[in-house]
Amino acid sequence: MNKFLSIFLISLFFLAACGGNTGQQSAEPETKPEVAEETPTVSATQLAAGETVFKTYCMACHMADGMGVPGMNPPLSKTEYVNGDKDRLIGIVLNGLTEPLTINGETYSGIMAPHSFLSDDDIANVLTFVRSNFGNSSGPVTAAEVAARRAKQ
Amino acid sequence: MNSFLPVSGVTLMQKFAWRWLLPVVLPGFLFLSCQTTEPAGQELPAALADNGGISLPSGFGAVLVTDTLDKGARHIAIRDNGDIFVKLKQTANGKGIAVLRDSDGDGAADQKEMFANFTGTGMRIHNGYLYASSDTTIFRYKLNENTLLPDTIGELIASGFPVQRSHASKTLAFDGVGNMYVNIGAPSNICQTEDRVAGSVGVDPCPQRDRQAGIWKFSDSQPNQTQTEHGVNYARGIRNAVALSWNTSTNSLYALQHGRDQLNTLWPEKFTDADNEILPAEEFLQISEGDDFGWPYCYFDQNQNKKVMGPEYGGDGKEVGRCEGVKPPIVAFPGHMAPNDLLFYTGNQFPESYKNGAFIAFHGSWNRAPLPQAGYFVVFVPMTDGKPSGDWQVFAQGFPQIPEVKNPSEAAFRPVGLAQGPDGSLYISDSVKGRIWRIMYYGV
Repeated sequence: MNKFLSIFLISLFFLAACGGNTGQQSAEPETKPEVAEETPTVSATQLAAGETVFKTYCMACHMADGMGVPGMNPPLSKTEYVNGDKDRLIGIVLNGLTEPLTINGETYSGIMAPHSFLSDDDIANVLTFVRSNFGNSSGPVTAAEVAARRAKQ
Repeated sequence: MNSFLPVSGVTLMQKFAWRWLLPVVLPGFLFLSCQTTEPAGQELPAALADNGGISLPSGFGAVLVTDTLDKGARHIAIRDNGDIFVKLKQTANGKGIAVLRDSDGDGAADQKEMFANFTGTGMRIHNGYLYASSDTTIFRYKLNENTLLPDTIGELIASGFPVQRSHASKTLAFDGVGNMYVNIGAPSNICQTEDRVAGSVGVDPCPQRDRQAGIWKFSDSQPNQTQTEHGVNYARGIRNAVALSWNTSTNSLYALQHGRDQLNTLWPEKFTDADNEILPAEEFLQISEGDDFGWPYCYFDQNQNKKVMGPEYGGDGKEVGRCEGVKPPIVAFPGHMAPNDLLFYTGNQFPESYKNGAFIAFHGSWNRAPLPQAGYFVVFVPMTDGKPSGDWQVFAQGFPQIPEVKNPSEAAFRPVGLAQGPDGSLYISDSVKGRIWRIMYYGV
């Protein structure tokens, strides 16, 4: 029963972590996040390079439309995990994710493999691509930001 | 059980009639034939014009038992009195199991109760108890004579399973002579050194086979069992058998394996997207004690009709090597379709060709991207003496409500659980909205 409790508490934690935007996402899909106002420009070259990385390493699980797989692989669309703290997002790509997480009431139990073998440029490009697609517009990630996060490992 | 008119009896009766009493016996015979397709004393509710959004073979129709379990369903189980237990995908008001009753016989449930504070997939009725599992624990609840709810204080039957995120469903089967069989899935895709990392080789021997990737046998009634103290490793080398069922006509265990993912993305130099679309096979297994089906070392290639070594263990898609002699499936379905429940039909309502055949609910694939997904249907495998007696055929389809699924999240409904009602109706549950269909045979 202790295991139950801990799984439940972890789920609650994640629910709380992304609870702030759940209602807004489904009710007002047209609304852009406020950060869009100050978004630095995203280069077409970076987007194209990011799309290539996405198709090779991400699409199999997160699907071509970034909507993920119910119950298994989380969506990349309009979630705080993608559009929020860049450091956390880069960390997920580098280290993978083995804890269950809950987004919009759906729990995802799939295991994400670490992708630290990708270069700083590749990670920056793919995250920029993801943050500029699937209904997201939260701005680029730079190779320098990836390098800085990697240095903390 | 209700079949009182075996084929040999008909033959005898016909011979008897031919000589003496044709005018009397023939009408009686015709009357009795009708009784074999429609249960005595019970009118079937009229089918919905659209069968609740699915298509069925000619002569079959469906009603909706419920459309209001919006948390999504997993496995279902039906009592002798027709009450339907539904395992929910997520708890609703803190409850994980719903019980439904159709008290007026119109096909739609009109009474509902909820109990138990956990979710999960496995659930079967056995010996007057409802057995239900979370991903880590198996409980049973004593059924009550008159009430919808069973005794809601569950009895802990087995626990102490490895805690795992992937393939955690503890699905259940019973042999009727005191044993319970439990699926303990592999905690990874294919036992790589690094799970799901491209090019990462397989661990050899794979330690995940010690307590996972197989079927374990327990007592069906002893409380407080644990896997390590009481569980017997009945069969090995099965990646994940969500669909697990005992065949009472042959007294044998059967399962369907969810085959490995990502041949193409983990080994792009050896497998194309088109290879991965259909490989490896989803295997329909007949399981005897001590069997080893070869996960993670081997997979079944239905095009070559043999088990071959996986690329994590040095395979190139053709080499058999260590997989020589590993037990093959009885039916090899195309890849990734996610078989989630198996039911051997023992009822008298459907035509005779369905008797003892297998219905299989395919939840539908995700791992075929970028190519279109497949599955999302219920198939039927005709069987005689526990072996397929013909090609498998799609029985119920159209669940997604769209012609082509690119992403599982687009599917309106996904079949996940199967159960047989006391009158021989087939019930199908859905994991997206918790819709439940009751399929009936009305005659052509």
